[in-house]
Amino acid sequence: MSISERVKRILNLVLGNKIVIIHGRLRAEEEARLIEDTMAMVDHIKNFKGIELAVIEPDLRKENILIKMKYGIAKRLVGDSSALTVIGPSSIVKEIRRDPKKIELLLS
Amino acid sequence: MLRFIKNFSKRILGALFKKRENIKLGFYGPPNSGKTSLANRICKDWTGEEIGTVSKIPHETRHVQFKEKVEIKYKGKTLVFKLVDTPGIATKIDYEEFLTLGIKKGDAKKRAKEATQGIIESIQWLDDMNAVVVVLDATENPYSQVNITIIGNLVARKIPVLIAANKVDLKKAEVKKVEAAFPEYDVVGISAKEGTNMEEFYESLFKLAKKI
Repeated sequence: MSISERVKRILNLVLGNKIVIIHGRLRAEEEARLIEDTMAMVDHIKNFKGIELAVIEPDLRKENILIKMKYGIAKRLVGDSSALTVIGPSSIVKEIRRDPKKIELLLS
Repeated sequence: MLRFIKNFSKRILGALFKKRENIKLGFYGPPNSGKTSLANRICKDWTGEEIGTVSKIPHETRHVQFKEKVEIKYKGKTLVFKLVDTPGIATKIDYEEFLTLGIKKGDAKKRAKEATQGIIESIQWLDDMNAVVVVLDATENPYSQVNITIIGNLVARKIPVLIAANKVDLKKAEVKKVEAAFPEYDVVGISAKEGTNMEEFYESLFKLAKKI
């Protein structure tokens, strides 16, 4: 699926007041495109004020080299499947508080 | 033949020793992190003029603004930058938030509309930068997705990054937290408002320019 199609699909769900959880993470370019397209819509869709977006992934900084290698190999083979991406409309999700070990969804 | 050698050596030596001109240096970050304050500080230090206005109300900068030919000297070396100050990047804009900050409804709506366009403009300018200073508010949680998205996009485009952890003049500032969040990058704690630690900032800026 192209960047445009993926972003369009996510935004369609968010505009339907759904919280989207993606196994894995968006590419950096996709995240930028998502923000760009969101901003274009804020201007044109009534009551749409934007999105909340967060990615949570395991904190490997304190892990040993073997675990880091295991994650590295898995990432190369199947992509970044250890991460979770959460995207929601800002009208529903007030804030996604994120730190390396946990994620909190504060609903409006 | 003699002319050819003369021209060739002139070109090579010229390329080696000429001043680096017009390095496009972007200032990116979330709203109200102090991008314009830092760009102003640099401009005032080296040109005596400012680049833009600052405000406590978020999204004061809603268009990309420039300062051409800012000549910065450090330890006998000179670099010439084109400073590009960008609107803060956010994932949501709500005009009602501006109302709580004392802006009238009509102006708040206009500000919100311009802010959304400013964010689009900032993202579109990413490709044009030679190097970027990501300005973060050291009193805020550095793990915000906007920060990660900005840095991720710069890395994907192979643009060298320096992180300025701004507002160290405030008690709540935690530069160590910013360093812990982005261990792969050079982080300098500064106060653009007070001019704190600017010497270290310029040293890091020259290191950054070497990576271009």
